[in-house]
Amino acid sequence: MTAFMALLRRDVQLAFRQGGGAGSALAFILAFLVLVPLAIGPDQATLSRLAPGLLWLALLLAVMLTSERIFQQDFEDGTIDVLATARLPLELACLAKALAHWLTVGLPLAILSPLLGFLLNLDTTRLVPTFLAMLAGSAALSFIAAIAGAVTAGLRRGGLLVPLLTLPLYVPVLIFGLSASSGTLGPSGAAPALIVLCAITLLTLILQPWASAAALRAYFR
Amino acid sequence: MRLVADKLTCERNGREIFRGLSFAVGEGEYLELRGANGAGKSTLLRLIAGLVPLTAGVLMMEGGDGDTPVAQQCHFAGHQEALKSALTVRENLEFWAHVLDGGAVDEALAAFSLDRLADEQATILSAGQRRRLALARLAIARRPVWLLDEPATALDAVHTEKLVGLATRHMATGGLVIAATHAEWGLVPSRTLHLGEAP
Amino acid sequence: MQVLANPHRFQSLSRAALPWIWALTAVAFAAGLYGALFNSPADYQQGETVRIMYVHVPAAWMALFVYVLMALASAVALIFRHPLADAAAKTAAPFGAAFCFLALATGSIWGKPMWGTWWVWDARLTSMFVLMLLYLGYMAVWQAFEDPHRAAGLARVVALVGVINIPIVKFSVDWWNTLHQPASVFKVSGPAIDPSMLWPLLAMAIAYTLLFLALHLMAINTEIAMRKARAKRLKAAGRH
Repeated sequence: MTAFMALLRRDVQLAFRQGGGAGSALAFILAFLVLVPLAIGPDQATLSRLAPGLLWLALLLAVMLTSERIFQQDFEDGTIDVLATARLPLELACLAKALAHWLTVGLPLAILSPLLGFLLNLDTTRLVPTFLAMLAGSAALSFIAAIAGAVTAGLRRGGLLVPLLTLPLYVPVLIFGLSASSGTLGPSGAAPALIVLCAITLLTLILQPWASAAALRAYFR
Repeated sequence: MRLVADKLTCERNGREIFRGLSFAVGEGEYLELRGANGAGKSTLLRLIAGLVPLTAGVLMMEGGDGDTPVAQQCHFAGHQEALKSALTVRENLEFWAHVLDGGAVDEALAAFSLDRLADEQATILSAGQRRRLALARLAIARRPVWLLDEPATALDAVHTEKLVGLATRHMATGGLVIAATHAEWGLVPSRTLHLGEAP
Repeated sequence: MQVLANPHRFQSLSRAALPWIWALTAVAFAAGLYGALFNSPADYQQGETVRIMYVHVPAAWMALFVYVLMALASAVALIFRHPLADAAAKTAAPFGAAFCFLALATGSIWGKPMWGTWWVWDARLTSMFVLMLLYLGYMAVWQAFEDPHRAAGLARVVALVGVINIPIVKFSVDWWNTLHQPASVFKVSGPAIDPSMLWPLLAMAIAYTLLFLALHLMAINTEIAMRKARAKRLKAAGRH
C-alpha cells in the first residue's frame, strides 16, 4: 500500500471508530432539520419551496463543523511532525486527509440527501438534481473545510475563526449547488449549474493540497 | 556518511535560540545534546528534522544518498508520540510502516516486547507502553539518522536497556544518533554538545 | 542586519515622501468634491442622490484594489520572504475593510431613496458583503496567533485563497442575481457615463488612492517600529 492510501485508510478508520464522521454530522443535520418547521411553520408548500436551500445550508454547516477533525488531532499528537519527514509530499498528505473527510462526511450526507429531502417535503422532481448537485458540491465543501482546518490546526479555541474563514468560500458552492438543485434535469435546467459546480470542485481540488500544506508549514517553527 | 552542521543560527519568535553552531556526526557516532531548559535542544532536533526553519547556516549529509533531503533520512521521536488511541498497537505501527516505507512491524513490536499487546487498542496502554510503541517506529524502517528527544522518559530499566541495545546495533550498522537528554541513559556519547553556553 | 536594512531605508524614504502625498491627497479631494457636489449635473431620475455615487463607487473600487494589493504582498512574502511584504499586507487589511464598510454603508444610504428600503440583496452589495467577510477573516488570523511569524505564514495562505475566491464570488453572485432580481441602480460604471460625471469620479478615485497610500505608509512605519520594540523586549527577556 502506498503512503497516500495508508493515510487515507487510517483517517477513514478513525472517523468510524472515534465518531465525528458521518454519524455525528448526520445527527447535526437531523437536529437542524427538526428546528426548521418549528421556526417557519409546518406549511407543506412553504417547506417544499425552501427545502433545497435548507438542505444545502444543513450540508455546508455540517461539513464546516467537522473540519477541525481533519488536522487538529494529528497536529496535537505529533503525527504531522512525523508525516513531514516522510517521502510523501506534505501536499499529498493533505489531499489524502481532505479526501478522507469527504468520504466520511460529505459523500454519505450527499447520498442520504434524498431521504432528508422527504422530511422537508422536497419536490420529487428536484430529488435527482439535488442528489447530483450535492454529490459534486460536497467534495468542494470538504476541500475548503480542509484549508480552514489546516489554518486553525494549532488553535485550541479556533471557534469562530473557522466559520469566518470557511463561509465566504462556500458562497459559490451554495449558489451553484442550489441553482442546480432548483432546476429540472436537462441542458436548460440544472446542467449548466452542475457543470460550473464541477469546475469549482476541481479548482478546490487543485488549490487545497497547496493551501493546506502551506498553512501547516507556517506552524513549523 | 556524515551529518554536517555549519554555523547554524536559529531565530524563533524574534529571539535567537542559538548562533553559529557547528558540529559533525559520523557513522556509528552518538551526539548527545545537553543544556538547561530553553537552551534549544528540542529546537535543534526539530531543525534537523525540517520542522523548524534555519535562519542561517548549512545543514547537509555528506556521502550516502545526496538527493534525499536530510529530513527524509531522519527518524524523529519527539515528546509527542504520534499515536492514535482508537487504533490497535499493530495498526498504529503498520500505518507508520506504510508512510515511512518500512515493513518490519513484527520485529519492531518484539524489540519493545509489545507483541502480546499487538491487537489491543492503544487507548489501554500505559505511559511507558505508549513510549515504547512510539520508539518502535525507529525499528520499522531503516533511516540513517535517529533524532531522539528525552528518549528514556517513562521507560523502565529493562526497556531503556533494550533501546540502548537497538541504538547500539543501529550505530554498528553505520547509523548515527542524536539525542537531547538531561541525564545519562546508558548510551555512551561519542561527543557531547552543550547548548546555551557562550562558545 | 541585512533584514533590518531594508525596512530602515523604507522608513526614511516614506517619511520624506509623506508630506507630499498628504498635500496631493488634499488637492485631489478638493477637486473631486467640488466636481462631485457643485460641478456635475443631478441625475434626471435619481436627482441629487446620485452624488452619493462619488463617495460610494471609489470606496468599492478601493476595497477591491486593497485586497488585490494585500494578496500581491502576500505572494511576494511567500516567494521572496521579503520582511516588508507581510507588514504591508497586514497593515493594508484594516483600510481595505474600512473602504468596504464605507461602500456598504453608502450603498445602503443610496438604496433608501431608490428602493425604499435600507438594504436590498443586490448583486454588487452582496459581493461587497462577502469581501467584507474576507477582510474580517484575514484580520482575525493576525489576531488569533501570538507568534507574528506563524500568523504571517497563515495570513498569506488566507489572503491568496481569498483573492482566488473574489472573482468566483462575483461570477456566482451575478448568476444568482439574474435568477432573482435583475434590476440594479448601480449602473454607473458602464461606458455610457457622461464626462461631466466621469471626471469628478476619477478625481475622487485618485483622492481615495492617495489617502490610502499615505495612511498605509504610516501604518507600515508603525508596524516596523512595533516589531523593533518587540524584538528588543524579547532580547531583554532572553537575557533573564
